[in-house]
This record gives sequence, C-alpha cells and structure tokens, in this order.
Amino acid sequence: MSYISLSDKDKKEMLERIGVSSMEDLFRSVPEPAKLNRKLNLPPALSEPELLALMGDIAGRNTYGGFLSFLGAGAYRHIIPVTVDHLSSRGEFVTPYTPYQPEISQGTLQVIFEFQTLICQLAGMDIANASLYDGASASAEAVLMANRLNNRTKVLLPRSLHPHYRRTIQTYTRNLGLELQEVGFDGSGRLNPADLEAKLDDRTAAVVCQSPNYFGVVEDLKAVADLAHRRQALAVAVVAEALSLGILEAPGRLGADIVTGEAQSFGLPLGFGGPYLGFMACAQDFLRQFPGRIAGLTSDLEGRPGFVLTISTREQHIRREKATSNICTNQAWCALRATIFMETLGHDGLREMACQNIQKAHYAREQLTALPGVKARFSGRSFNEFVLQLPKRWPDVDATLRKRNILAGVGLEAHYPELKDCVLVNVTEVLRRQDIDRLAGALREVLR
Amino acid sequence: MIREPLIFEISDKGKRAFRLPKLDVPFSKDLLAGYRVREEVEDFPQVSEVEVVRHFTRLSQTNYAVDIGFYPLGSCTMKYNPKVNDRAASLEGFLAAHPQAPAELVQGCLEVLKLTEEFLCEIAGLDAFTLQPAAGAQGELSGMMLIRARLAERGNPRRTVLIPDSAHGTNPSSAHICGYQVQVINSDANGRIDLADLERAMTDEVAALMVTNPNTLGVFETDIKKIAGLVHSRGGFLYMDGANLNALTGISRPGDMDVDVIHINLHKTFSTPHGGGGPGSGPVGVKKELEPYLPCPVVKRKNGGFVLEHNRPKSIGRVHGFHGNFLVAVKALAYILSLGPEGLREMAEVAVLNSNYIRKSLEGHYHLKYQAPTLHECVFSDKLQKEQGVTNIDIAKRLIDYGLHPPTMSFPLIVPGALMIEPTETETRRDLDLFIQAMTAIAREAAEDPQLLKDAPHTSYVRRLNETAAARSPVLKWTRSMKPPQGG
Repeated sequence: MSYISLSDKDKKEMLERIGVSSMEDLFRSVPEPAKLNRKLNLPPALSEPELLALMGDIAGRNTYGGFLSFLGAGAYRHIIPVTVDHLSSRGEFVTPYTPYQPEISQGTLQVIFEFQTLICQLAGMDIANASLYDGASASAEAVLMANRLNNRTKVLLPRSLHPHYRRTIQTYTRNLGLELQEVGFDGSGRLNPADLEAKLDDRTAAVVCQSPNYFGVVEDLKAVADLAHRRQALAVAVVAEALSLGILEAPGRLGADIVTGEAQSFGLPLGFGGPYLGFMACAQDFLRQFPGRIAGLTSDLEGRPGFVLTISTREQHIRREKATSNICTNQAWCALRATIFMETLGHDGLREMACQNIQKAHYAREQLTALPGVKARFSGRSFNEFVLQLPKRWPDVDATLRKRNILAGVGLEAHYPELKDCVLVNVTEVLRRQDIDRLAGALREVLR
Repeated sequence: MIREPLIFEISDKGKRAFRLPKLDVPFSKDLLAGYRVREEVEDFPQVSEVEVVRHFTRLSQTNYAVDIGFYPLGSCTMKYNPKVNDRAASLEGFLAAHPQAPAELVQGCLEVLKLTEEFLCEIAGLDAFTLQPAAGAQGELSGMMLIRARLAERGNPRRTVLIPDSAHGTNPSSAHICGYQVQVINSDANGRIDLADLERAMTDEVAALMVTNPNTLGVFETDIKKIAGLVHSRGGFLYMDGANLNALTGISRPGDMDVDVIHINLHKTFSTPHGGGGPGSGPVGVKKELEPYLPCPVVKRKNGGFVLEHNRPKSIGRVHGFHGNFLVAVKALAYILSLGPEGLREMAEVAVLNSNYIRKSLEGHYHLKYQAPTLHECVFSDKLQKEQGVTNIDIAKRLIDYGLHPPTMSFPLIVPGALMIEPTETETRRDLDLFIQAMTAIAREAAEDPQLLKDAPHTSYVRRLNETAAARSPVLKWTRSMKPPQGG
C-alpha cells in the first residue's frame, strides 16, 4: 500500500516546474558514498487485508489473554467507559500536532487545561503540567526539579519505590552528580521512619515516597513530609496507581511539595506498558522550575477567553541547554483519554471505583490469608495490592497455577532477595468474586 | 460560534455519566476507618453522558488536524496517519497484554519489538536498536548517555558536546541533562556545518557532535563522511538527530554516513499519529561498539521465540517504566510492512519532490536566506514582508484564514523570522497548489494591506490569542473566580 496522492502526470509536471529531469536529480546533494544504491532488504509491501491478517497472527501469539491475572505492579486493568474509546478516536484529536497555533487548536488546549485542573484537584496542588512520558520518567523529572529548586545533591529513595522507577531515576541522575540513598521499609511495609531520620541531613534535596508503595501499602505521607521539612528537604509523593487518589487524602494536603506519578489507570489499556501517562503537580512557587508543557487561559483580540501553551521560557525550544527539561513531545492523547475517563466517571464514579478496589482487594486478602501457611507479608493497609508470603517456593507455585491458567501475581524475589516466596497480588474492580474464589481454591490445592 | 464551556461550568451535584456494577464481595463496613480518606474531591465534575459526548465532540471541532488538511509544520513531518495502523494497534492481543507478564505469554509483543528493531536497523544501516525511549527528546538523552557510558569506560567521559547553530532546541537540552557543556558550531554560507569551525572545536575533550541530517534547513550535510572522520579521529562519537529521516529512507542510511548513534521519531517518519502532542516514540540505533550500553531489558531471539535479557551489566539502565510506547511501535511496524522497500523509497522521493515544488513556486515571493539545494523541507523568512512591518507570525495567522496550518516559526535560529515548510509525501497536488496560492496572495496582502495580516486570523473559533498576557498573569487551572488575562 502506498499513501502517495500524486498521479504520474502530477509528478512529471512538478519535476518540470522545479527544472530537473528525474527524481534522482532531487538528491544530487547526497554524495555517492553516502547513497545506498540498492533496495532495502525488507519484506515486500502488504495490502490492507494481508497486513491485518499478519498483525492478527502476531497478536494471537500473545496467550496472556487466556489467563485469570492478578498482575499489577505499576500497570493496572480497570474499566474503560465506552465514551473514552469513542471520543478519543476522533481524527480531530488523533491527528493534530502539539498546539503551536492556538487559534486552531482550542480543543486540544482546553482538554489540557481541564486535565491540569483535574490533576490539581486529585493531587491537592496548585499547578499541573500537560503530561510527561510515564510514571518512571516523571519521577526522575521530579527529582531533577527538586535539585534545581534547592541546589542540594542527595536524594532519598525508598526501597519500596517501584524498582523500575528507581532504575529510571538512577539513569537520569547518574551524570549530574546526585547521590541516591536508599531508605528501607519496616514490618508494616511502610518506609522505615528511623532509617529515614538517620539518613536525612542538610544536603538532602528530596525525600521520595511512593504511596500506595510498590507493595501496595499506603504510606504515612504526612509523617514523611514532616520529617523532610524539618531538614528543609522537599517531599516528593509518587502515585503509581492514580485511582487511589479518588478515595485517599490528596498528597498535597499531607504536605507533599511535588506530586508525580502514573495515570495509566485513567482510561489507558495495559498495552504491554505504553503509551502511559506521566503526570506532575506542585506548588505555584515552583512554576519557573516546572518541566513540561503547560496550557493557560488568556483572551483573544476581542477579549474572549481562549487557551494557549504558556510559560514557555522554561522550555528547550527557547532556553536550549538552560531549559527545565528536554521534553518536547509528551503524552497529550493519553491525557485526553484520562480527561474523558475522569469526566465520565465523575466525582461519585471515581470514588466508588476506588472504594470497590479497596473492598475487593480486602476480600481477596482475607480469602487468601485464610489458607494454611499463607500470610500477609506486611501489616500496613493497602489499596488494591498486597504481598503474600507463601509456605512453598514461589516459582513452583507459579508454574502450577499457570497450568490452571492463573497468574497469581508478580514474584518479588528478583528485585527483593529478602522477600523470598513473596508475591504481589493486585485486585481491581474488573475481577469478580468468582475470580478471586477461583484463585483461592486453586492456591489451596497447590499448597496442599 | 458559541464558546464551549469548561466541564466544571456545566457540572452539578448528582449528575452521572457512568454506573459501576454492584460490589459483588461482602461489604466491609469499617474498612475505610483505617485510612486517611478524603471526604470529597472538591469541584471534581458531575455531568451526564450526553454532556460528556457533546463536550468532547464540540471541542474536537475547534481543532485543525492532518485528517482535515495540509499541515506543513517544518521538522514535524505531519504526514497522513494510515487508519489501518490504528486498527492493528487496537487488536485485543496487544491492548490486553500486561508488561510484567511472563515472556512466554507475550511472544507476540516481543515479536513486534524485535521486528521493528530489525527493520529499523536495515533502514538506518545500524547494528542494534532500542524502542524504550518514549519520544525524540528521550531518545536523544538515551543516545548521549550511551556515548557517555562508553567514553567513561574508555577512561574519560569528556566534557563537551558540539551542536550546530541550526539545531533543534532539544539537542542542547538533552546534552546538558547528560552532564555535558554545549559548544555551538557555526553554519557556513550554505547553511551547512562550518568545517573550519568544527576542526577548531574538535578536541580530545569533545564527547560527540550532534548533527541533524538533512539539517533543519532541509540541506544535506554533503561533507558528512568528512565530518564523521574528523570527530572519530579525536575519539569522539557522531550522534545524528533523525527527526528528518523522512528525506532519506531507501536513499541513504545514517550508518553508511558513519553515524554512531541515531534517534528516530516514529511519529514523524513512520506516520504514527501525533495526538495533539504525543505519544511519540524515539527509538535509538547504534553501531556495535555501543550495543552493550543500550537500555535494558533487551529483546533477543531464542529457539524460534523471543526472550527478555535483563542481565546487561554495561547497560545505562532504564529510561521508561516498561518497554516504551509499545502501541506506537505496533503502528510503525504496520506502516513499514505496508510500504515495503519500494514504498519507503518513494516516500522520501515524493516528500522531496513536494518540498522542492513549493520552494520553486514561492521563490521571489518570500526571502530564501540559503540557496543550497534542499530535500524534504525549505526555510523561507519574513524579510521582504518586514519592510511593511509584517512578521512571520502575521503571515502564519493569515494562513489560518485560508484554511491551512501555518509552517514552523520557532527555529532554526539562524533564520530570523523563519517559515519552515515541510509538506511531506502524502499531500495532494491540489493542496500543494492551494498552499502556494495562499502564500502568494498573502505576500500581496502584506504589501497592500498589512493591517489585514496583523489582525488575522479573522475566521477562526477564536481570534488572535494574547500569549504575552497568558505568561504575565498565569491562570493554569479552572477556579470559580478565574478571569482571562487581558491587555498588551
């Protein structure tokens, strides 16, 4: 298939107008040694039906869909209202560029403005940006921002922060002279306050705290922020499961200075990990150091309201190497989907969905910890994920459950050698009681 | 047209657009008592489904888009986004795949990643690719980190990165976040890298030269192999910003130009829709020497299937939580498969044909600072119109009245008042001619009635918006009392 719209006559006339005799002549500025001069070694072009058949075959080689899955760990399956797919697939939303010409991009800009407002409401903060790539890179941007704000160089990262987020923060900071120190967790699964206090000092730029953390445990953000503030360090709250904000107190109200994370839960499919939706919100005072695009309200020539991208003197296309971030393209279409999701669910729907997650995860935890030898690894309260300690080797249990088409969760030993035979189980509103009972029944038999 | 209200302005207590199924597990009454629960999310919207649907439908109608018409935004490669690619990316097998699922259960996803990497290797003439970077700028950052990691292993990460004055703003910004000082290299009279300047700047403390080829003027760096030789001779690396690869597919390969690292924008060259500002995807390709440093995990072929290799001791680590913008890669793969080798070459040829057709047709009407031959884009300026006090912004806003999207204006910095035009290969002759007619008409209007341009656009949903006021008194979210900033 080709997507060229010119006829042979068009091509001929256009070459004539330009004053060259052939297509090759258009590439005279490319020197011979840099030319390929052979056909690319790629499969021959496919028609639309052939392409769909091939892609269908490839997608069919994913057998994951046949499993009852309790995998979460930073990527969550939630209900996606039909309005989200329907409205977000409109060509007027799918096929524009970044809204550099605001007069013909008001749809995109107003959506960003509404998205920023919704994120501020959920996070309890003054300002939010138009989106970042994902939760991991957004967390890294938050750490870099903290360093710019107070010029301190030490960052405390909890061991209970998503391992992939930790790894991403390491990658982003390794060339900038920042020192990362790890803070352990206690028996509740929460950040160990004594360890945090011991490591906090006057060089500490920021204390990062994920809540609910990687183990699903809800942190005492207020206590962490208070400790950080005693040393004038910034408290960075990371939220990898944005749905929790529908019911749990806003991090901003608990003292967080920067709230960042992953909003994939708001209308984005699992999609093997992307595109997802990084978000960030903070206090008004930090505006000049804030990364990413921001939409703002203004007025037109006749005094009517409208929206534009603004405070762009922070950005790479103006500040170049002095920019607050190198980000240019972000995740605008994902933010659109999240906005449709949030506005469709609305105040009561979001709260109810969040509550159902707590209730269902609680039910699952009760059922599973009632099995002989199975214990909750941590005592702390969780949102929709919890860690089980199994009485048998996890790889064996996992293999046997898989034979029954069940994925009970993410094993933790690979990233946490101290959590041998521990598994992180995620339960959202899409799982039914019978699904949870099926897991409990199967696990009972496997452990017998 | 009536202004579409913000959703918060039509919200009212008790309205709902969605109902959840009833809770099917026993309700545990006192459960919430143990949490710090919020009473409400203050001012979070409450609207009906009809309101949601009309709200977003009406908002969409105020957007311009590639599906509507010509979008010659230079360096952005706003080509047609084939619908079949979106369909491929909505196959349930891809949508439902969990990124932490065991590799045996997501062989299809790993196949997509591997095939895309392999095809990009062939197209770019490089040895390995990673699809983890989520956009071009993250690709640049990752690519520079690979170089730094390699140099550090050789003993000295070095201090400086050289960047031509015509470069996109992300280049210096990415180099900076990678811990490097940026040194600017001048362009010569043809808009190409000034070789003498490069030779002076190229020392043993230079980690890399970041070059865009063809550059942001649309000009091919004819001396690219000489440039590469110069950089390599002092132990540096040649980084290529692949934003303009659309000009070269099937014609010339960065690897054959002796480029060591490249990032490619799948949302430009490989037609994945830009979604109003993303998601993009910024795969990074490298020569063998840099392969051990690629972000992890890496997809490998094994026994007729695919595995994820996590144990990569030299890897720079992760730049993304999972595998990058996977569904974007599905669309790019579908695009490569539907075009095939001939289609990819024709794509570059016609992109260059269309651009040169526009260039030829607008010469004389607008000032062209650099006379060197151009490929996929051309950069005019407002120099002639400035005499009437008309700027590139006025010209752009007037184009909106003609129903067209304006060109890029914010760079290259070496052309003041730039009008950077990239038509891409998918445009119709009719749209190209409409654009040319509109541009020549505007040149005439600038001479005869400059105020008409100063007041443009006249026909859009909103009139010209005051960007200065927005930045001076920022209103960045809805509140009940918010008022639009006014005044100059």
